[in-house]
Amino acid sequence: MSLQEPITETTPITRTMTGAEIVVRALIDQGVDTLFGYPGGAVLPIYDALFQDNTEHGERLRHILVRHEQGATHAAEGYARSTGRPGVVLVTSGPGATNAVTGITDALMDSIPLVVLTGQVPTHLIGSDAFQECDTVGITRSCTKHNVLVRDVNELARTIHECFHIARSGRPGPVLIDIPKDVQFATGVYVGPDEVTFNHAYKPRTKGDAGKIAEAIELIANAKRPVFYSGGGVINAGPRASALLRELVRATQAPITSTLMGLGAYPASDPQWLGMVGMHGAWEANHAMHDCDVMIAVGARFDDRVTGRLDAFSPGSKKIHIDVDPSSINKVIKTDVGIIGDAGHVLEQMLAAWNARKATPDRAVLKPWWDQIETWRARNGFAYQPSQTTIKPQYAVQRLYELTRGRDVYITTEVGQHQMWAAQFFHFEEPNRWMTSGGLGTMGYGLPAAVGVQTAHPDALVIDIAGEASVQMTMQEMSTAVQFKLPIKIFILNNEWMGMVRQWQQLLHGERYSQSYSDSLPDFVKMAEAFGATGIRADTPDELDAKIMQMIDTPGPVIFDCRVEKAENCFPMIPSGKAHNDMLLGDAAAAVDIGTVIDEAGKRLV
Amino acid sequence: MAEDDPLQPASAYDLSHVDEADTRATFSVLVDNEPGVLHRVVGMFSARGYNIESLTVAETDRAAHTSRITIVTRGAAHVLEQIRAQLEKMVQVRQVADVARDIRGVERELALVKVRGDGEKRAEALRIADIFRAHVIDTTHESFIFELTGPPSKIDQFADLMRPLGLVEMSRTGVLSIIRGKERG
Repeated sequence: MSLQEPITETTPITRTMTGAEIVVRALIDQGVDTLFGYPGGAVLPIYDALFQDNTEHGERLRHILVRHEQGATHAAEGYARSTGRPGVVLVTSGPGATNAVTGITDALMDSIPLVVLTGQVPTHLIGSDAFQECDTVGITRSCTKHNVLVRDVNELARTIHECFHIARSGRPGPVLIDIPKDVQFATGVYVGPDEVTFNHAYKPRTKGDAGKIAEAIELIANAKRPVFYSGGGVINAGPRASALLRELVRATQAPITSTLMGLGAYPASDPQWLGMVGMHGAWEANHAMHDCDVMIAVGARFDDRVTGRLDAFSPGSKKIHIDVDPSSINKVIKTDVGIIGDAGHVLEQMLAAWNARKATPDRAVLKPWWDQIETWRARNGFAYQPSQTTIKPQYAVQRLYELTRGRDVYITTEVGQHQMWAAQFFHFEEPNRWMTSGGLGTMGYGLPAAVGVQTAHPDALVIDIAGEASVQMTMQEMSTAVQFKLPIKIFILNNEWMGMVRQWQQLLHGERYSQSYSDSLPDFVKMAEAFGATGIRADTPDELDAKIMQMIDTPGPVIFDCRVEKAENCFPMIPSGKAHNDMLLGDAAAAVDIGTVIDEAGKRLV
Repeated sequence: MAEDDPLQPASAYDLSHVDEADTRATFSVLVDNEPGVLHRVVGMFSARGYNIESLTVAETDRAAHTSRITIVTRGAAHVLEQIRAQLEKMVQVRQVADVARDIRGVERELALVKVRGDGEKRAEALRIADIFRAHVIDTTHESFIFELTGPPSKIDQFADLMRPLGLVEMSRTGVLSIIRGKERG
């Protein structure tokens, strides 16, 4: 991976210190500048070492004190995804560790590099059901890329350095290091990152097979209806991978779509951009995926929200799949050319092979394909019924996008309808600007993720496009934002419903709205004020722009309660059990009895 | 499935290779001998819905700090390919070989088989045991315990023959495996 390399200071490479000091030293040598954490009994020695380090060296290792350990993991994810560096979490044993599990699983699903340090009860108490003891490595084994319990203080430095390497290389992911309290107190030898030998044979492949790349280039050169389908892997591979993707797409003159996780790798303003693919993706993107003859998947994993019905997924295409994780290839979709390697390396090889072939694409060959794409674009699949009286959620996101254009903007989201509207109506020109929970679909991700992003980019405009239901899951992190003067903006599309649940109940469950309405919602403006932040409410379309500007101009954190249309549905939608060319559109759906569109078998799917 | 009726829904989680026949695979997995590595391997099988027919594990090289896990499983070809990829991806896994489908692969299992009977059945059990080169490791006036090694199919066959002769119970080690030739497999 081309994630940023650690910055190593020129300090003595080996010396004797306590386990807690080893932890702090190793983090600094790994280039860590920020920790997200919460203290507790089993990590007190590390917090003490942190205190002493801050006293001696200034705040070179900044600790962001969260209000719940889930918040720490999501904040670390936001930090990681917006910087390309691993996010680091420090929590205590027992409940500290179990509270972190949601964020760790989220990071595993979305391939986000995290290093999670957990305290553990002293080694002689392990297994005795001690106070705040839990089997942390057992609980997190299935939701980490790698995890380890360190029983020997002399193994601690090596373990931490190796875990950083594992977290950021290959397919990135979360690693967890469980450190018993007696190991933190014990004295041992510190080894620097350049001096350690790793314990494991782990060596992910980065360069693609030249023969396969030649095969792929031939397929692309002879394609009549090619489409690129890029994913989060391109973003994880670093900004250079995005630059190479742009170069290759432009050289081949093919259209490009992307997954939810991949938004920003290709600029949304470019004419070759089709918009997002998938269940709530663009009409033109889904049709292009269905009708293409050559598909080039780069760092994308054919998730079920992308493919829809598998036996009808892009039936006539040859599929090229580039992925750093060999188990992604042929996992869901049979691939014709599978290339194992880091997106950055492989795209560079492909671009070289394309240029060596001196194949200028024949515009005439691709013209019918582009003509077809233009007819799909003309259908305007994201169209919605505008309103003079109520704020349509799509309109709110559109205005937010227009009014923040040209600024240094980072967007996070929660999960649900608002997330899809944000993906559809907010457009990204650069990678690392869009932070969302794709794989796990974690409600409550966006607010703490915004905390993490803002920590890494203090002068940027960081906005969490939220729903009123999701945001309440981690609302306590507003207190973190206020404490650390992080001016995050929480833009809540408040429709009083769990909107996506309500939409599915309308479409799939006979309009029986079981437990999807939140009665007695808090007054979000007063809530903001209670936290010491600013609250703003917008009720009508005509006041929206001024209120958004007020939010942008507020120097501190803001909760924006945007009261939107309550019954709005998110379209286009590929209903469960349907193919990419069988989408529901907003205007068409309004004309038919929407409950009959999905048949009985479809209702049983997710 | 449903090729003739494209409007018939299929699950978003359905794999398109449902018609492929299952085959047996024996994965010989060389791992770093660390706490929890067996849990990680076995957990992957249960988390992803793969079946384990037999499992053996022991440290095999103290100096190199490695253990060998041998797992017998069954699945369609693409499932077996996925199992292998998932195993190879683990940080503590050094090497994965599919011994059942490698012509150089050798598989052996040890079984202890308790057979109860008297008269002609007892004599017949002893004769068959002799043919299979099984050892008698315990005897009473009305029972034997046989010790038998061989490929799993040989053990199965022995059990089938012993069943009408009074098979009481048996205990099997599960499959051990290694690759023929002078190289480290």
